[in-house]
Amino acid sequence: MSTLRLRGAPPERIDLLNVTPLALKGLSEAEAGKLTVGTSRRGVSLGDLFDISLDGSDTLVIEGGSDRLDRVGAALSEGAIRVEGDVGQRLGEGMAGGTLTVSGSAGPFAATGATGGTITIEGDAGDHAGGAVYAAKAGLDGAILIIKGKAGDQLGDRMRRGIILAGSAGAQTASRMIAGTIVVSGSIGDHPGYGMRRGTLIAGGHGALLPTFVETGTPDLVYVRLLAQTLKRLGAAQTGLLGGALRRYSGDLATLGKGEMFVPA
Amino acid sequence: MADLTLNGIKVEDTFAEAFDVAGTAIIVTNDTPKWAMIAATVMTGFATSVIGCGAEAGIDAELSPEETPDGRPGVRILLFGFEPNGLKDQLLKRVGQCILTCPGTACYAGVEGPHKIKLGGAIRYFGDGFAVAKRLPDATGKMRRYWRIPVMDGEFLCEDSTRAVDGAVGGGNLLFLGRKHADTLIVAEIAVEAAKAVPGAILPFPGGIVRSGSKVGGRTKGMMASTNDAYCPTLKGRAGSALPPECGVVLEIVIDALTSQGVAESMRAALHASTEIGAKYGLVAVTAGNYGGNLGRHHYHLRDLLEKPAA
Repeated sequence: MSTLRLRGAPPERIDLLNVTPLALKGLSEAEAGKLTVGTSRRGVSLGDLFDISLDGSDTLVIEGGSDRLDRVGAALSEGAIRVEGDVGQRLGEGMAGGTLTVSGSAGPFAATGATGGTITIEGDAGDHAGGAVYAAKAGLDGAILIIKGKAGDQLGDRMRRGIILAGSAGAQTASRMIAGTIVVSGSIGDHPGYGMRRGTLIAGGHGALLPTFVETGTPDLVYVRLLAQTLKRLGAAQTGLLGGALRRYSGDLATLGKGEMFVPA
Repeated sequence: MADLTLNGIKVEDTFAEAFDVAGTAIIVTNDTPKWAMIAATVMTGFATSVIGCGAEAGIDAELSPEETPDGRPGVRILLFGFEPNGLKDQLLKRVGQCILTCPGTACYAGVEGPHKIKLGGAIRYFGDGFAVAKRLPDATGKMRRYWRIPVMDGEFLCEDSTRAVDGAVGGGNLLFLGRKHADTLIVAEIAVEAAKAVPGAILPFPGGIVRSGSKVGGRTKGMMASTNDAYCPTLKGRAGSALPPECGVVLEIVIDALTSQGVAESMRAALHASTEIGAKYGLVAVTAGNYGGNLGRHHYHLRDLLEKPAA
């Protein structure tokens, strides 16, 4: 297990895009220390901020978090990264595989564009978790994003595929959603599914609904059972929500209208 | 050549000749075992011989809720055809007419293999643009794609595709030479139960048993196959009859399996089960059908099946 121990608060925003177990595998500790991770003209390197201990394994632990640590685990394709603390924006951006775990909270745009692997945030997530960054075609794109605490507004904005599990979420959850599945055990804010094209949103409760969502009854759908089996295997806290009767809403009829929202009946 | 015996019953020292076929499997689930079985029974109807029916199909196993993807009771169906394209055509027709139409039913891939066969990916067009696809990880973490097609009882959920395997074999067989029809039917039924218990093997004929065994060609021009006159008891005594005087009836079982080993194990189980009770029911001998060994590359010698099946 390789370790990066943060010595103190970073002096600027730090970009950890290239700091993955695979990238560090062929490097000595001295070589790894020279990797540029700063985002200003100061040229801050990894060794300036962290005590580095590498053993060539496919597990990397970052001890000591900060909301200035951006793009942690971005482009991760294999192996595991665990952060003991908070992280900044774009956690796991474009991640393709492996596991990424944050013991604290994450900033905005967590898991944006992630195509594979599992990202777990044990604390809260900022706005646009699983959402698309500006000018991007899609947000979460196939990975599994688990937020044990609260998610901010526009969770899963322009999400294209994959699964998001959250404890609760803010306004406009699943906004402009292209496809995929979001399950929130608690309540979500106003106007869920704003501009939603396809996809499934399941929540324990909700704020004000858009008038462009229509109720379609309380069907007992095989897909919900299949999803329940999947969540059970993931050990998700949201599994219980799928056991009871669910009222289904179809929308957003202002767009394609093939999306759906389920809430307890 | 000296004849063999097993449990006191004569076993001819011959072989069953079988063929390479394209094979696939699907899992059908429903809210109750009864309705899963109804769907499976209808889908595997008219699928006794690939020559006349386009496919050979049968029920491989009933599955408990723990064994199916959606946690409901299910049935695993095997389907065999001459080649992958013909198999695909038959699979889509049968799923489209028998599984899609059955209340409450869902359909999943039932086997892994190198060749993809579209399932929900083709049937989704029935949804007229209202169908949606979902991707979920299975128990191994592999992502699988499902289609949800709106139908009048809710939704038909169907996996995007299933797989065809290499190495499937069709045409394993045993012939039971008996004295009386009712007694020989009991022997054949017991053989069918033993053969079916081998995973990945089916017996596509009615109740697993065929009474109209055939030979290649016939005296009438254009006939691909005609009655196996050597084993017809009413033709006993003529030149070419293979039946001893005491034999009054012959019943055959035909076995298809996803692997050659499956055919061999299924034949072995049937051979042992039938000879164990054979004496009580007047079984005269057990033999197997072949075409001289020139048509099919799989030869299952009964001599090799005399060892007891693994428990």
